[in-house]
Amino acid sequence: MRDLSLHLTDLCQNSIQAGAQLVEVSLALADEGKLTLVIRDDGHGMDADTLGRVHSPFTTHRTTRKVGMGIPLTENNAVATGGGLEVISSPGKGTTLTATFFTRHIDCPPLGDLAETMATLILANPEAMDFTLSLRSPKGEERLDTREIRQALGEDVPLNTPEVVQWMIQATQDMIQQIFGGELQ
Amino acid sequence: MKTMAELEAIRKQTLDRINLRKEDKEDEVRVVVGMATCGIAAGARPVMMAFLTEATKRHLSNVTVSQTGCIGMCRYEPMADVFVPGQNKVTYVNLDEGKARRIITEHIVNGNPVVEYMIAADPKPMSDSKGDSK
Repeated sequence: MRDLSLHLTDLCQNSIQAGAQLVEVSLALADEGKLTLVIRDDGHGMDADTLGRVHSPFTTHRTTRKVGMGIPLTENNAVATGGGLEVISSPGKGTTLTATFFTRHIDCPPLGDLAETMATLILANPEAMDFTLSLRSPKGEERLDTREIRQALGEDVPLNTPEVVQWMIQATQDMIQQIFGGELQ
Repeated sequence: MKTMAELEAIRKQTLDRINLRKEDKEDEVRVVVGMATCGIAAGARPVMMAFLTEATKRHLSNVTVSQTGCIGMCRYEPMADVFVPGQNKVTYVNLDEGKARRIITEHIVNGNPVVEYMIAADPKPMSDSKGDSK
């Protein structure tokens, strides 16, 4: 993966596969460029046994092959910057994944196109699922919530209408500029 | 900064067009892009956005772009399936943004599947197209 937003696209796919209705993504930038990425879903969660094996590339729910690289690749990149990755989960209670990156480390991948990540997530799952994205830094906090957007649009206009997607891309870019501008690219 | 008030304007603008679209569901074309770890790492996300922006630019309201997981042929990623009603599924492989735009214009708009980007197409219903028997 070339950047953090691609990892995010990938990890959210796990939440979608787990039958989540709501996926909450948050990125918090603290002092010294420490970036904490949290993905919380309300999917069906994992038992202790699966959770114990979740960092291994040979753990997957898929039946076509025996490898699952999403979490290991992200963990690898996080550890390379001096950070790490942690997963908390229990059956029926959803999953929370936390990854920390030290963005000033030379091995830290760039942030990438977060707006495109949000757009692809929403486009692929317009009917049943909702997403929130919150960004936080010493400059402030901003939040995008597809439930609020749905409410504003009413029942007749779906979330994947091209004009709405364009609005969301622009809104996400504005948020990134406002909260992370100058620090994260 | 974008405001929620703008969404209200979008709602009003698009409402008529959406009602129009609801009436003819049977001509719906589906483009499904592989977006598992392998696909994303190979560049599936820009491919998906290219399908979408090209379809939007051409006002193809009968085209839906969606995503699927890994189907086990990771070396051919980025991949996409195109479903046109009444025709067989076509699987395109090793895609990039330019190829995605060409698939929209040639396959979806003009009805000629792009044979050189395909991995598999059942030759029977498409026997009049050239070069797909190998």
